[in-house]
Amino acid sequence: MKKAIITFVLSLLPVLALAAGGSGYPLDHIETDHSDKASLQRGAKQFMAYCAGCHATQFQRFERVADDIGIPHDLMMKNLMSKDSKIGNLMFNNMDEKEAKVWFGATPPDLTMVTRVRGEDWLYTYLRTFYEDNKRPWGVNNKVFPDVGMPHVLMELQGVQIDNCGDTSPTAVDPLTGEKVCGLTVDPKRKGSMEPKQFDQAMYDLTNFLSYSAEPMKLERQSLGIYVLLFIVLLFIVTLLLKREYWKDVH
Amino acid sequence: MSKFMGWVNERMSVTRVWEDHLSKYYAPKNFNFWYFFGSLAMLVLVNQLLTGIWLTMSYTPSAEAAFASVEYIMRDVEYGWLIRYMHSTGASFFFIVVYLHMFRGLLYGSYKAPRELVWIFGMAIYLALMAEAFMGYLLPWGQMSYWGAQVIISLFGAIPVIGPDLQQWIRGDFLISGITLNRFFALHVVALPIVILGLVLLHIIALHEVGSNNPDGVDIKKYKDEHGVPLDGIPFHPYYTVKDLVGVAVFLFVFCSVIFFLPEMGGYFIEHANFEQANALKTPAHIAPVWYMGAFYSILRAITFDIGPINSKLGGLIAMGSAIAILFVLPWLDRSPVRSWRYKGMFSKVGILLFAIVFALLTWLGTQPATQTYTLLAQVSTLFYFAFFLLMPFYTRWEKTKPVPERVTG
Repeated sequence: MKKAIITFVLSLLPVLALAAGGSGYPLDHIETDHSDKASLQRGAKQFMAYCAGCHATQFQRFERVADDIGIPHDLMMKNLMSKDSKIGNLMFNNMDEKEAKVWFGATPPDLTMVTRVRGEDWLYTYLRTFYEDNKRPWGVNNKVFPDVGMPHVLMELQGVQIDNCGDTSPTAVDPLTGEKVCGLTVDPKRKGSMEPKQFDQAMYDLTNFLSYSAEPMKLERQSLGIYVLLFIVLLFIVTLLLKREYWKDVH
Repeated sequence: MSKFMGWVNERMSVTRVWEDHLSKYYAPKNFNFWYFFGSLAMLVLVNQLLTGIWLTMSYTPSAEAAFASVEYIMRDVEYGWLIRYMHSTGASFFFIVVYLHMFRGLLYGSYKAPRELVWIFGMAIYLALMAEAFMGYLLPWGQMSYWGAQVIISLFGAIPVIGPDLQQWIRGDFLISGITLNRFFALHVVALPIVILGLVLLHIIALHEVGSNNPDGVDIKKYKDEHGVPLDGIPFHPYYTVKDLVGVAVFLFVFCSVIFFLPEMGGYFIEHANFEQANALKTPAHIAPVWYMGAFYSILRAITFDIGPINSKLGGLIAMGSAIAILFVLPWLDRSPVRSWRYKGMFSKVGILLFAIVFALLTWLGTQPATQTYTLLAQVSTLFYFAFFLLMPFYTRWEKTKPVPERVTG
């Protein structure tokens, strides 16, 4: 009987599983950390420099971002905002949606909640898997989002990646084992300003920032949650003692 | 105080109502774990009403502003995120609690005479709750809100002759639009809550007329003391009010764990696609209903073949409708001389357990893409779902039952 109940209750609880990325490309896992303000600030800087030209995060405000990730208002306004923007504004951008659609084939989506739509691992992997593909209008393609309309705006940082598994690309060989290397590697002749490790860190920061944007109250939610659960434990003890007291005379 | 109560009682018998429904409402003393879910359903209902009222204060019901207003609540309204998560998590927990409450009724035969009306009002609440949840799900105006509503409303199009017109009448437009959003808002926050509250009242009045069943399914009114109090009964207040408080604490622990640490529940309580604004030109790759509709959605999809003049789409709709309708007549399908499964025969016992497993399986399948294997699994499960009910008049009558005790057993 007990077993049956447990089976039933467990089977009713939804199975926790995240939907896969779509392309089937294996995603690199990261743990975001919204308390790492240095990382969030670096991420915000990269976002403003490389993403905000085309993508808005129109559901959050400059002021909230500045306060949450520890940027003084004057620095925020001077370095991360356009001249005519006010600190209390939502983070819109000025691109015309119809023109953008002509330029890229699709309007660049709002990124406020991109990590909640796609997942953090997806975004982190997506940002790092652009590779050269001359069949595409911008000369690049992406591993987790095949035939994406977005150009590789981070190329000056990462350099040009080549897909060694493709038929047309030159075959890279491991100098020690002589085995064919399959995967994405930066073309040594077209390096970016960052080493691969630095670039990975930069993309972690950017993903971390967008994960923060998606749910800015996450830290508050979790810290408040601890107190709420502790209170409920206390409530449980009190109600249990009360129940026992009342039920003493029930036989 | 007593003078004041006397004054009130002469005009409106508050004390009598208090006694009839709480302090002198005698409930069997052997309620177990399963009997928490009735009062917990009330708790979640109150949670939904209160958080819903506060959400309404900041939500904007229009196609242009709905999505942004939800994010405004999440970011700019003080503790708006908490109110929103309480409401979204509450919706799923409402169904968890109600499913367990209904399963309790199934286990102990609480739907059998004289409690048929209690069961029917309960089923009506469940039906209203599904409509309430469905309409509420459109309001955030995310991709899954939009396309989920699109799929469900298009089902009405399968009805012969009037289908297409009916579909358009429900939407108020040629496609899901701001007009649909506004009418769903009106129904979700005004009309259906009134219906649900009324039905809950009827559910409880009907229950208190005949008295609560118990895990043994025995009639406690058979043996009474000299004051007419059932020997196996105890006053609901204070005994079950204090006991239910313990249940409330345990429930709140689980409920708050989800609110504060897993508000999306891995995409089951708030689907990932719903963090993207509704877009009529972009169909999501996989449209899935929220988990609590999964079982009936599975049954709908299980009919992949035409039956005579009935095409598969209409067949699916009929199957889904029948799956819900058959629950209403359950009191007349069960012909067993005993109520509780404790004293029923092997067929009933195994049947109830398998039914629980099959229902959970159908629920899960409903949230998954329909592959060939999954569709086959859903078809077999659907067959079992109907067999469980349709064969019930036979196996409950033929199987050998155990003798029911005269008094409740611990």
